[in-house]
Amino acid sequence: MANYITAPLTPEVARTLRAGESVYLSGTVYTARDAAHKRLCALVAEGKPLPFPVEGSVIYYVGPSPARPGQPIGAAGPTTSYRMDAYAPTLLRLGELGMIGKGKRSDEVIQAMRETGAVYFGAIGGAGALLARCVKSARLVCYEDLGAEAIRVLEVENLPLTVVIDSQGNNLYETGRADYLRQYGEA
Amino acid sequence: MRILPAQTITETVARLCITANTRLPQDVKDTIAAARRAEPWPVAQDILDKIMENYSIDGDIPICQDTGMACVFLEVGQQVCIDGDLTRAVDEGVRRGYAEGYLRKSVVADPLDRVNTGDNTPAMLYTTLVPGDRVKITVAPKGFGSENMSRIAMLKPSDGLEGVKAFILDTVEQAGPNPCPPIVVGVGIGGTFDKCALLAKQALLREMGSHHPKPFYAALEEELLEKINALGIGPQGFGGRTTALAVHIETLPTHIAGLPCAVNINCHVARHVSEVL
Repeated sequence: MANYITAPLTPEVARTLRAGESVYLSGTVYTARDAAHKRLCALVAEGKPLPFPVEGSVIYYVGPSPARPGQPIGAAGPTTSYRMDAYAPTLLRLGELGMIGKGKRSDEVIQAMRETGAVYFGAIGGAGALLARCVKSARLVCYEDLGAEAIRVLEVENLPLTVVIDSQGNNLYETGRADYLRQYGEA
Repeated sequence: MRILPAQTITETVARLCITANTRLPQDVKDTIAAARRAEPWPVAQDILDKIMENYSIDGDIPICQDTGMACVFLEVGQQVCIDGDLTRAVDEGVRRGYAEGYLRKSVVADPLDRVNTGDNTPAMLYTTLVPGDRVKITVAPKGFGSENMSRIAMLKPSDGLEGVKAFILDTVEQAGPNPCPPIVVGVGIGGTFDKCALLAKQALLREMGSHHPKPFYAALEEELLEKINALGIGPQGFGGRTTALAVHIETLPTHIAGLPCAVNINCHVARHVSEVL
C-alpha cells in the first residue's frame, strides 16, 4: 500500500501524491525552521542565491537534538509548521516541492501549493527517536550560529510520512476527521 | 536545621533533566497503551503503534527532539538550609544535564532579539516552602509545540460551568493537530491570572488519569475527556478517537468578580520526573 518516493521530487511525482497516502521518503532533504526561513527569505528579497538547490527540494521543519559521537543525528521529529507559513510561499514559488512538518497550514500556503504543484507531508510529532533511525547522514550547510536551527542536508532512508495536503488542496486534517466521525461520531 | 549543599541540587537536576527527556513515565506509557486498545480507527492505530515504538527505543536518545524549557519545581522543607545559591545551582544543573545528555538547547536570551543562550538556561523555576527537612525536585521539560496552543481566559462569574467547559473544548479544537495529539490537558480554574496559569501547568504533573479530590471536578475531568475524544481530531490530527489521554483540573479560590480559566496543553510525550533529597 505504501508508496516509496525519492527526494528531490519531480513535479510529476509530487502531483500524483494524494492526501491520506502513506509514503516512505528516501534521498536528500534540507532542514530549516523559523530562523533559517527568515534568513532564506531575506536572501531572496535581496536577489541573492540560496545556499542549496531549491528546485524540487524537500524541506524538513526540524531542529534535531545534538548527535552523540558516532551517530548521524539526535532525535529528529517535526516542528509545528504554521510558524513557517509566512515564508513558505516564497520558497514554493522558487521550486520547493515538498515540506515536512506537523500541524495546520495557512490558506496562502495551500494556494501556493496548488499553483506550484507542491506537497505537504506530516511526520509523527513526538516520535523523534524513531524518525532519527531513518537519517543516515547529516551535514551542516549554513547558519551554524543558529545551533539546532542551522540548515543541514540529510540523507534519509524510508522516512515514514503521510501526505497531509496534496497539490490539489485536499487536506487530511479535514477529510480524515470527517471520515472518522461519519463512522464513529454520535448521531 | 539540615544543611544541604547546593552542589547536590545541581547534580540531581542534571540527572533528572536527562532521565525526563529519555524515559517516558510508566503511567504515561500505560495510558497510551490503553488508548491504543480502545482506538477503532486504523490510521490512528498505526500512529499510536509508532508512538509506542518510539518511546520503547533503548538508549539515550531523547524521546522528542524538543527537549523543552526546563521547568523545575522545588518544594523546600523549612528546616533545610541550602548552602550556596539555589537559583544558580538549578541553572547549573540544567546546563550540565542538557550538555551531558545531548539534549537540544532551545532557549533564546531575549524574546525579541532571539539569540540562543546555548545551554538551555535559565530554568523556569518555582520554589515553594513546605514543612519538614526534605527537598523535592521535579523536572518537567516542556516542549513549545503544545505550549503555543495553551490559553488563558478571564471569564465572568456569569459564564459559570458552561463557560469553563466551552473555553476548554474550544482551546483543544483550535489547537487541532498542532500540539502533537494525543494530548494531556492541564486545566487551572480560579486564583489570579498568574496562579491560574501555574495551576494548569501543575495539573500536567499529576499521575495520568488521577482525579481531583472533589467528586464534582473528578466527574468534570471525565466528562471533558469524553467530549474531547468525541471531537474526532485523533492522533496527529489524522482522525480517530484518541485526541486526549487525560484531563487534569486544579482549582483555587478566586475573587468575587472573576472566573479565570487556563488550559495548558502537553503532547503525548508528557515528561516529568521527581526526586526527594
